[in-house]
Amino acid sequence: MGNGAVLEVERLRKVFRVRGAGRGEEIVAVDDVSFTVAEGESLAVVGESGSGKTTLARMLVGLETPTSGRIAVAGADRSSPARRAAERRRRGRETQIVFQDPYSSLDPRQTPASCIDEVLRLHFDRTADERAARVAELGDQVGLDDRQLNALPGALSGGQRQRVAIARALAAEPRVLLLDEAVASLDVSIQAQILNLLADIRAATGISYVLISHDLAVVRQITDTTIVMQRGVAVEHGTTTDILDAPKHPYTQLLRGSVPGPGWKPVRRSRNGGA
Amino acid sequence: MSAAPAVADPLLDVSGLHVELMIDGVLRPVIHDVSLQIRAGEAVGLVGESGSGKSMTARAIARLLPAGAVVDGSISFGGRKVLELGPRELRGYRTDGIAMIFQDPRAHTNPVRRIGDFLTETLRTSKGVREDEAKRRAVATLAEVGIEDGARRLRQFPHELSGGMLQRVMIAAALLSEPQLLLADEPTTALDVTTQSEVMAILDDLRRERGLAMLFITHDLELAGAICDRTCVMYAGSIVEQQSSAGLNTDPLHPYTAALLAARPRLDATAERLAAIAGRPRSAFEAPEGCAFADRCPYREPQCTAEQQVLRPLGTSLVRCRRAEEVHPELRALSEKAGARG
Repeated sequence: MGNGAVLEVERLRKVFRVRGAGRGEEIVAVDDVSFTVAEGESLAVVGESGSGKTTLARMLVGLETPTSGRIAVAGADRSSPARRAAERRRRGRETQIVFQDPYSSLDPRQTPASCIDEVLRLHFDRTADERAARVAELGDQVGLDDRQLNALPGALSGGQRQRVAIARALAAEPRVLLLDEAVASLDVSIQAQILNLLADIRAATGISYVLISHDLAVVRQITDTTIVMQRGVAVEHGTTTDILDAPKHPYTQLLRGSVPGPGWKPVRRSRNGGA
Repeated sequence: MSAAPAVADPLLDVSGLHVELMIDGVLRPVIHDVSLQIRAGEAVGLVGESGSGKSMTARAIARLLPAGAVVDGSISFGGRKVLELGPRELRGYRTDGIAMIFQDPRAHTNPVRRIGDFLTETLRTSKGVREDEAKRRAVATLAEVGIEDGARRLRQFPHELSGGMLQRVMIAAALLSEPQLLLADEPTTALDVTTQSEVMAILDDLRRERGLAMLFITHDLELAGAICDRTCVMYAGSIVEQQSSAGLNTDPLHPYTAALLAARPRLDATAERLAAIAGRPRSAFEAPEGCAFADRCPYREPQCTAEQQVLRPLGTSLVRCRRAEEVHPELRALSEKAGARG
C-alpha cells in the first residue's frame, strides 16, 4: 500500500498436480515470489522456458488461481477468483494484457475499430459519438489511421496488428499493462517502432508495465527493474541496469553471457547437456 | 577465418538465381538475382527480415520450393547442376550432398514415430545400412551433439524431448547421412538463449571437425557475426550486402544494414529512442523499381529508383547501392554511435 504501488505480489506460489502417469507428483511452477510495481514503473520478468514466468503472468491477469500468496492491484486483493461479474470486469479493466502472437490474438472477422469499441462499451458508459472519438484517439496514440482501423486483421501486417492489440488493451484504461513477449515475434525494424511507442505511452499516461521477456536487450530498453526467474524461483531482483551490468546470481550471469554480441563465442557447457 | 580461401573451388555456387511463386493466383518474384558461393568448411550467414527471401533461397538450393515455382539462374554443387538433377540424382544430392535443419523441430518430426526410426530412416532406405549398424551410428552421432544416453532416446517419441533436445536430434539426423553442406534455417530461434549457445557451439565444432560447409539463416546479425565467416544481408529478395561477418556489425556498407543495426535495442546501454526504420519490410514483388530499399532509405535520390541496382565490389565486400562510397562515412558514424561500446 501507499508509495504509489499499483501492483503488489506477496509470497506468491503455484503448485500443479500431475495427472495421469506420475500421478500425485507436484510441480512448483512459481515458488514464493514477491515484488511490487509502482505507478508508472516498468518491471521485467526474465527467464527461460519452465521458469514460471508465464504462470506468474497468468495469475496476474486472473487466468490461474494462486495456491497461496497475495496479489493486489491498486490496493484491492485479487488472490481469489472474482465472485461477481462486476468485480471480474473491474479486475479486467485494471490489468490488461498484450500477447506475443498478433496473428492469433485478434478476431479475424472483427475490425480493430469494432474490437476497441467493444471494450469501451463493456467498461464505460459512453454515447456512440464519444466512443467513436475515443477509438480515433486510441488509433492516433498507437499510430493506426482510419483505413487501418476499419480493415480486417487479415489486411494488416504483424506490426500493425500488435498496435491494434496495444490500443485494445489501452482502451480499458488499465493501471497495469502486461506485455507477454509482446515484441518477440516482430522484425527488428518493426520491433523498434513498437518499443518507442510503448515508451511514449508510458510517458504520456503514467501506466505501469510488466514485461515478460527472454530478450535482455528489449528488457534494457523499456524497463526500470527486473526479476530473474529460474525453475519458479526469483533468483535475482534489482534495477535493470544493475542486473544487466553486474549480474550477481550465476544463472543471471549465464543468461547474460549467452547473448551473442561483439567477441561472443558460443559455449558448450557439457558434452551431455540435459536441457 | 579461413586461411587460404581463394584457391579452392566453391562447393556451392549459386548464380543469378530468380524465383517466382504463385501468390494469390499470380506468379510473383520472391528472389531476385541472388548469387553466393560457399566453400568446404566455410560458414556463410544469410540475414534478413521476414519476406526477404532468405528461407526461399535455402529451399531453392535444396530443390524444396513449393509446386508451381519458376526458377531461373544456376545452382551448382560440387560440379553437379542442381536445377537439372533427375529424381534419382536428386535423392542422392539430398542424402549425401546437403541436409537441412529448420526453426521448429516439432513441425519437422513425425509425432507418432520414434526418434530411432526418424534417425535411421535415411541410412536404411537410401544407403542400405543394416538396422543394428544404423542404430549404432545414430547413438554415436547423438553423442556427438551432446546426447549421451542415445540408446534410450532412440526408443522415445518427439513429445518426450524438450525443444533444445529435439533440435539436437534434428542436427544428428542431418549429420548421419554425412552431408557436405548444412542448410540451417533459423535453427536456434525457437530455443532459449542458453540452449542456443549450446546448439551453436555444437554446429561450430562439427564444422571444424568434419569440414562441413554451412549456410546459416538468421534474423540476428550478431549471432551471424559470431559464427559465420561471411554474411549476406537480404532485402526484398535480393542480397544488398556481403562482407566479413566481423565487419558487418561495425562497418556496414548498405543503408539497410546500417538501419537494422541502429534499430536494435542494445544489451549494454539504453537508447533515448530507437532509430526505427519507417515503413515495413517489403517482399520482392512489392518493392519499388530500382533500389528495393529506396522508399525507406534516408539517402534516397531520384536516381536510386530510376535505375536497377547491381551487387558490385567495394573493397573486399559486395554492396548493392549506387551511393555506397558517398554514404559510407555517415553509415560508419551511425553504427559507431549505435553500438560497439560493449
